[in-house]
Amino acid sequence: MQTNLFAACAALCLGALTSGAQAHDYKVGSIIIDHPMAFETAATARAAGGFLTLTNTGDTDDRLIAVRADFPRMELHTTIEEDSIMRMMQVEAIEIPAGETVALEPGGFHVMFMGLDGDPFEVGEKVPATLVFEQAGEIAVEFAVESRGGAAAMDHSGHGGDHGHGHSHDAHGHDAHGHDMTN
Amino acid sequence: MNKIAIFGGGAVLLAAVGVGAWMAFPRDSADRFAGCSETNAMSASIGGPFTLVDETGRTVTDQDVFTEPSVIYFGYTFCPDVCPLDNWRNAEAATLLEGEGVSMQPVFISVDPQRDTPEVVADFTDVFHPRMLGLTGSPEQVDAASKAYRTYYRAHDAEEDEFYLVDHSTYSYLVLPEYGFVEFFRRDVSAEEMAERVACFVEQA
Repeated sequence: MQTNLFAACAALCLGALTSGAQAHDYKVGSIIIDHPMAFETAATARAAGGFLTLTNTGDTDDRLIAVRADFPRMELHTTIEEDSIMRMMQVEAIEIPAGETVALEPGGFHVMFMGLDGDPFEVGEKVPATLVFEQAGEIAVEFAVESRGGAAAMDHSGHGGDHGHGHSHDAHGHDAHGHDMTN
Repeated sequence: MNKIAIFGGGAVLLAAVGVGAWMAFPRDSADRFAGCSETNAMSASIGGPFTLVDETGRTVTDQDVFTEPSVIYFGYTFCPDVCPLDNWRNAEAATLLEGEGVSMQPVFISVDPQRDTPEVVADFTDVFHPRMLGLTGSPEQVDAASKAYRTYYRAHDAEEDEFYLVDHSTYSYLVLPEYGFVEFFRRDVSAEEMAERVACFVEQA
């Protein structure tokens, strides 16, 4: 398995030097980015949410300060619930304290892709984007578009709730090969 | 300013639900569903007539919509996070109920009529469930429906920013054809629990 993944990644990643489409995680500086994903949208959808998990393995606090992608507007958002009223609002940055894991997950922080007009997110699509961290710098990633009901979404349900410390390392540790190449 | 509006909205909502418990609901109906309700919110004061526009652009009333047990959610399609999550839950509940031979229609009512045309709500609801019904309307029609269900919504900068956001309440409401509104669900209720509670109401009806 490891060999296969390594071979696949070596073949795909070496030349292109793009962040591996095979890998579900990335690393830049002390930040591990686990499984950037988005859900499929309706054909006429104008916006989509992006989700991922960030782990700061370093000794210095960091912040996700921007996500860039080829859309009319990209923002970082959070959702706040007060008295069962949901308010989605823009945030300037998402803090990733040293040694901690922060999940961008449904009902909380998310990346907002705005202005999809006419080009919906379809299952299997990879949406390229660049994450910008205050300390760790920039890294190109791909958001994997998944079905809400499909097996992928079910597997990924761990993205919500207590998905955090350890999981990304345990489940996707084999992707470590990808890190070396994408750094 | 925002906070005041939100707390105001929340207070109205809670008051409505609280009053609901006191309002005269036909006693036999209250007894009939006593074993099903978690909220004791059965009330004649939530719900009622509305006129909206369906996915095909046809003007419809509550009478046209509620021909079977229905779970309604008020939201907007530009919301990529919470609305899909909640509507997915309602769709899942409908699918679970189908497995038990109970037909429940998930309904999505837009509180963002400016962007949510009939075509947009049709597309949005198709992603979740083939039988999910999307409704929109004129700002006045949507506002009247929202008021009937005591929901709260507020658009930010809708005139200046095409990517504006809308604050909104996230309850889902169970409506039975013969009885009207009988129960509401908070967003932390799972699809399984919703299906179980809906089945209880439908069996008692």
